Amino acid sequence: MYVHDAFDRRLIAERVEEFRDQVRRRLSGELNEDEFKLLRLLNGVYLQLHAYMLRIGIPYGTLSSAQLRMLAHVARRYDRGYGHFTTRQNIQFHWIKLEDLPDAMADLARVGLHGIQTSGNSVRNVTTDQWAGVAPDEIEDPRVWAEVVRQHVTLHPEFTFMPRKFKIAVGTAAHDRAALRIHDLALRLHRNEAGEAGFEVMVGGGLGRTPFLAKTIKQFLPKHDVLSYVEAVLRTYNQFGRRDNAWKARIKILVHDLGAEAFGREVEQEWQSIKDGALALDDAAVAEIAARFRYPDYERLADDPVELKEARAGDRRFETWHRSAVARHRLPGYAIVTLSLKAEGETPGDATAAQMDAIADLADRYSSGEIRVGHEQNLALPHVRQQDLYPLWRALDAIGVATPNVGLVSDIIACPGLDYCSLANARSIPIAQDLSRRFRDGDLARDLGRLHINISGCINACGHHHVGHIGILGVEKNGEEYYQVTIGGRADEEAELGQLIGPAVPYGEVANVVEDIVAAYVELRERPGEIFIDTVKRIGIEPFKERVHATH
Amino acid sequence: MTSPLHQKIKVTGPVVVTANRLTDGAVIYRTASGQWTTELPGAAVVTTSDAAMALLTAARAEGVRVVDAYVAPVDLSHGKPRPGNLRERIRAAGPTIRLPAPEAANVHVCA
Ligand code: SF4
Repeated sequence: MYVHDAFDRRLIAERVEEFRDQVRRRLSGELNEDEFKLLRLLNGVYLQLHAYMLRIGIPYGTLSSAQLRMLAHVARRYDRGYGHFTTRQNIQFHWIKLEDLPDAMADLARVGLHGIQTSGNSVRNVTTDQWAGVAPDEIEDPRVWAEVVRQHVTLHPEFTFMPRKFKIAVGTAAHDRAALRIHDLALRLHRNEAGEAGFEVMVGGGLGRTPFLAKTIKQFLPKHDVLSYVEAVLRTYNQFGRRDNAWKARIKILVHDLGAEAFGREVEQEWQSIKDGALALDDAAVAEIAARFRYPDYERLADDPVELKEARAGDRRFETWHRSAVARHRLPGYAIVTLSLKAEGETPGDATAAQMDAIADLADRYSSGEIRVGHEQNLALPHVRQQDLYPLWRALDAIGVATPNVGLVSDIIACPGLDYCSLANARSIPIAQDLSRRFRDGDLARDLGRLHINISGCINACGHHHVGHIGILGVEKNGEEYYQVTIGGRADEEAELGQLIGPAVPYGEVANVVEDIVAAYVELRERPGEIFIDTVKRIGIEPFKERVHATH
Repeated sequence: MTSPLHQKIKVTGPVVVTANRLTDGAVIYRTASGQWTTELPGAAVVTTSDAAMALLTAARAEGVRVVDAYVAPVDLSHGKPRPGNLRERIRAAGPTIRLPAPEAANVHVCA
C-alpha cells in the first residue's frame, strides 16, 4: 500500500478547484471549446461518441480498498454503475456529465486518485508488474522506482507539453508482466556479473500505426542514477522529437530515424552534464520513498495448509479455479489471486459498482485491504493466506469474478472500440464477447493452454493487438467493419510483433478465423503442452496462413 | 487557412448536422427551427452542399451549448431519417452491447 503525503493531497485538491472554475467558465461561454479542450485533457477528460469519459490513473496498479470503494461510489453516483479497467492500469468512466466532473474529481481526490496526466502529451501513468512486492521472481519492489519517477515527472513544466504522450514502465522480475518492450521508456532491473542490481534502459517501443519494440540503449544503469537518466531521455526526446506531424511524433520514430545507438549517444551526452547534480539519488531519498510502501504484518505460515489441501481434493470447481487464478507468493503460506474480469459474454475489463464494493470488502478481509490492477484488464489480491483461499473463492464466484480462464483463450484484452470511442473504425467488445462464448468450454481452453487474444478497434492499438498471440485490429472498408488478424505477437520478455495471416475479414467472420487458427494449432503442435506461441515460433506463420486461406 | 465559411462540404445524399451537447456529451441533431434535439427524426435534413454549410455554420456559431458539430449522412429509404453509417447508428442508439443493469437503489420509481 502506498501512503500519500500532505503535499500530494493538497496538490490534487487544488487542481480539482482549478478545474471546477474551468468547467464553470466553459459552461458560461467564457471559454470556447478549443481553449477548454486543452484544459480538460490535462485532467483526463475526453469526449467520446455518446458522453464524456474520465480516465483515472492507478499508479503502479496498486489500489487500497478505500480507493476501490471510492471508484464504486463514482461509478454509482456520477456514471452508469460500472467502470472499465484499461491496458495501462487506469480505470475509465464512460458516461460522466461535464457538470458532475468537478464533484466526482473532488470525491476521488479524497483518496488520492485523479486524472492528471492520463491524457495529453504528458508523461502518463508509470506502470509496472501488478504482482509488485509479492512476486517470488523479483529482485525488489519495482513500485519504489516507479514512484521515484512518478514524483519527478508529475506536473513537471518541462514535460507537460512534449511532442506526444510518453509512457514509462518499470519491471524488476525475471518474467516480464509489465509489457516493458512496448513502452516509450522501460526500465528493467537485473543483476550484473558482480551481483549488483541496475537497470537496463530501453527506449522507443510503442504500437500504433508504426509498431516498434523498445531498443536497449544502456545495459546497466546504477539504480541511483535512474532519475537523471530518465530526465536525459525525456530532454533528448523533447528536443529532437517531431512536433510537425502527430503520426511521427512519438519517441519510437525518433529512435528509429536516428538509430538507437545515436539516440543513446545523445542521451549519454545530456546525462553526463546532469548526472552528478540535483537528480542524483541518495540512499536516504530512496529509503524515504520505499518507507511509504507498507506491507502487511505477514504471519509465519507454511505452504499447502490442510484447509487448502482438503478443499482442492474435495471440490473440483475450486481446484480448477485454483490452477488458473492462484499464483505463488514470495512468502510461504501466502498466495496471489487473480480476479478474472473476463466472464463469458461480458465486456473485458468492466466491473460494476457492486463488484467493486464487494472486492474492496474481500480485500479488507483477505488481502490486507489491497487490490492490484494488471494490464491484462484483470484485478489481483496480493496478500491472501492460502488457508483462506476456499472461502475467498466462494465469495469471488458469487460476484462473477472467478471465471477460471486467467491467461487462457477467453481471457481477452479488448479496447472499448466503436461502442464508445470516437477514434474507432470498428467494434472490439462484441468480438471479444463472441469469442468468449465460442471458447466457453473450460476443458478445451485448458487443453489449449496459454493463449492471449488482443483486440483493438483502430490502429491506435489500445488493445495491444500487435503483441497478442492472436491480434485482431478493426479497420474500415467501404463503410463496413473489417478486421486484420495477426499471430505470433507477445508482450513478455521475449516480446515480438505479430504478423498478418491474410487479408482483412468482415465482422461476422472473425470468430471463425480465430477458431481455424486454434484448430490449426492443435494439429500442428508438437505435443499437448507446447503452447500456441511456441508452435508459431517453431514453424512460422505460413502453415497457419495456408490453413486460414483454405477455408476463407 | 480557409475560413470555415468558405469551406466546401461534399454532399452526395441526405445529411443532417449533429454534435455533442456541452453539458453531458449527449448526441444531438440540429432542427429546422434552429434548435437541437436528441431525436434524429426531428433533425433538419438537407441534400445540397450549400444547405449543409448553412446549417453547419449556424450550429457552430453556438459554441456555448454544443461541441464538435459536423455533417453526417442519413438514410431516408424508410421515410424518416435513419443514421447513414455504423458510427452514426451507434451514436444514435448507444453501444451495441448490453450494459450492466442499473442497481436497484439507483432506479427511481415515479409515483
Ligand atoms: S484502439 Fe482505437 S478504438 Fe480502441 S480505444 Fe484506442 S483509440 Fe479507441
